[in-house]
Amino acid sequence: MSSLDKTASNNGQPLQQGAFQRALRGVLNDTSARWAVVILVALYIMVGLANFFAPYSEHWHDRSLANAPPTTIYLRSVDGQLRWPYVLKQVRTFNKQALEYTYHDDTSTEYPVQLFAQGEPYRLFGILSTDRHLLGVSPPARLSLLGNDMNGRDIFSRTLFGGRISLTIGFLSLFVAFPLGLLYGGISGYFGGWLDTFMMRFAEVMMSIPSLYLLITLAAIIPSSLSSTQRFALVVVSLASIGWAGFSRVIRGMVLSIRKQEFVEASRALGKSHLGIIIDHVLPQTFSFLMVALTLSVPGYILMESGLSFLGLGIQQPDASWGNMLKEAQNLTNVLYRPWMLAPGGFIFIAVLAFNILGDAVRDALDPKSQQRV
Amino acid sequence: MHQTFEYIIKRSLIAIPTIMLVSMIGFFLMRFDINLGSHTVPDLRPHHWGEMTTINLHIKNPIDPLAELKNNPQISQSVYQAEKERLGLDQPMHIQYWRWLKHLFHFDQQALQEGQFWRVWQPNLGKTLNGEDVATLLAARAGNTLLLNILVVSCTWLLAIPLGVYAALNWRGWADRVLTLLTSAGMAAPIFVVALIMAVIAVRTGILPVGGLTSPQFSTLSPLQQVMDILAHLTLPVLIMTLAGIAGLQRQMRGNLLDVLHAEYVRLARAKGLPENKVIYKHAVRTAINPLVTMFGYEFAALLSGSLLVEMILSYPGLGQFIYSAVLRTDTNVVMASLVMSSILLIAGNLLADILLTWVDPRIELSR
Repeated sequence: MSSLDKTASNNGQPLQQGAFQRALRGVLNDTSARWAVVILVALYIMVGLANFFAPYSEHWHDRSLANAPPTTIYLRSVDGQLRWPYVLKQVRTFNKQALEYTYHDDTSTEYPVQLFAQGEPYRLFGILSTDRHLLGVSPPARLSLLGNDMNGRDIFSRTLFGGRISLTIGFLSLFVAFPLGLLYGGISGYFGGWLDTFMMRFAEVMMSIPSLYLLITLAAIIPSSLSSTQRFALVVVSLASIGWAGFSRVIRGMVLSIRKQEFVEASRALGKSHLGIIIDHVLPQTFSFLMVALTLSVPGYILMESGLSFLGLGIQQPDASWGNMLKEAQNLTNVLYRPWMLAPGGFIFIAVLAFNILGDAVRDALDPKSQQRV
Repeated sequence: MHQTFEYIIKRSLIAIPTIMLVSMIGFFLMRFDINLGSHTVPDLRPHHWGEMTTINLHIKNPIDPLAELKNNPQISQSVYQAEKERLGLDQPMHIQYWRWLKHLFHFDQQALQEGQFWRVWQPNLGKTLNGEDVATLLAARAGNTLLLNILVVSCTWLLAIPLGVYAALNWRGWADRVLTLLTSAGMAAPIFVVALIMAVIAVRTGILPVGGLTSPQFSTLSPLQQVMDILAHLTLPVLIMTLAGIAGLQRQMRGNLLDVLHAEYVRLARAKGLPENKVIYKHAVRTAINPLVTMFGYEFAALLSGSLLVEMILSYPGLGQFIYSAVLRTDTNVVMASLVMSSILLIAGNLLADILLTWVDPRIELSR
């Protein structure tokens, strides 16, 4: 323990700064954690400016290109000369023998890939009206980097827009679950006695329902007629409703030992209210743990949302989320013949991996026990 | 032995209020009817931050849980009437719940007198929307899920513990680095994407059957062939879930063992000249496993959730698929029964973990 922590014993403030700085230093000193941060920042920028980075909008569709494979980007012309990257127009034909649609490239015209191409108009940052997209091709050719879904929507564009939901829903749920768990665990541990027994018993009950079982039961009460805003809010709330219990138990354990300390008794003697003591003095002491738990729980929520949406009980079409884009892949023939539909799964993988690495680095920096083995 | 038995009885009794609470939560969720009116709130959706939206907080009309049963032409009116009577649908909600509870804890007096204890608990869980008996279906489904999860737990532990020990002993060696890389990937991959990819590979290569627990011609096979058939169908789900489970367990085992290897008593054991094998396997590994056994209960919860997704993708006739299809059809009886069943499995898993812990670590006493 550094001297920083000792000075913090009667006021939470310096300790918080110390913990945060230590975490930051730990992350910056760790090569893989640095990469994780770079990847996450890149992901959030791409998702935040999805309008610009995506060639098409979230709801853009071309039915004549349903289930089209990713557009091939050519570097050489038909006679083998080096060219600026270009694409060809995909043409759909119906194969009467196999009874299926097949796509082939129409070699008659080359459509060069344009940087800052003109496309659908949108508002950047909600104010700047523009129609420039990072990449694009002039119609009638289409640039679908990761193929199209069954409605002819561009999977790459939708993945970026879907990431907005998938990458924020975890944080939003945490912001609901953590304060709840903090207060619940804080009250339970601070007062102790029968209240503690009762509250912890209830938390144990919440934990003794397998989370996905509880989630889909919660989803069952969400009427299908809800607007997408309401559904989003309800998904956040139901994700939060399963996360708080386990968290509150850990907090309660920490509070049990903190409340015996002198500074708590001192403020009690000074006549501070119980709730005031819990919020001002007891809970700030759990800050280190909180930061570790926060970074380590985000990936769990991302996975949970994707699982729920994959089952069709989370975010609903036409809104995109990584989970509900994978719902089409529930049909095995889709995956078999159109493997590009699994692309959002790759994004989930990358985001969760980066969060895990980041979380490990934060934990290693803040947990003295784990430092010796790294 | 006697003490263990007493402990099991005690824990089972404690589990009863837990199960009652679980069922209460489930029951009131399924019949939830709350109207908090319309409110104008900030829109949470990332695309619309800063905007306001009106949400209508009327969650769930009390739907008739038997509507589909009533309209099913294959179901006789007498079955419908009996079910309606049994659930007490014309009564207030708390009485409905009380009735449901009474049916759950329904004991057969005659079986008790005849001494057939395994037949004493005869819960009456009602009918599915197809008019089938929920209890019968549930027993089969829960059995299948249990079979799957027991196999997965055994495979995971048998593979992850040695791998964790190996990685810790070769700390920062190339094997450790490769394993760390693989487990990082394993922890980040969503289980349903893994399941989809594996299922596609299985279909492409045709080496493993995909879907269900038995082949269509199952009933014509000889007993030995039947066992082989079931094992062949189990391979894919077990493989998927084991792959998903190994990652976390291996990492924990590695971390725990690394902690323990620095401990004083390990240094002492070495100093007094014990052979290295004995130091590691008799002293270090045994202590390092303890926290894993304690965590077993929580892992079991994650396991059940993971198996729901895998069961659904591979149409494995387990509890998860059962509750999922029931939720889609708002089959109240089935959802309630499966929810309660899943928490019974979870509680049993926790109990098992505690008993195992005393076996691994004799210092711990059950009666605490």
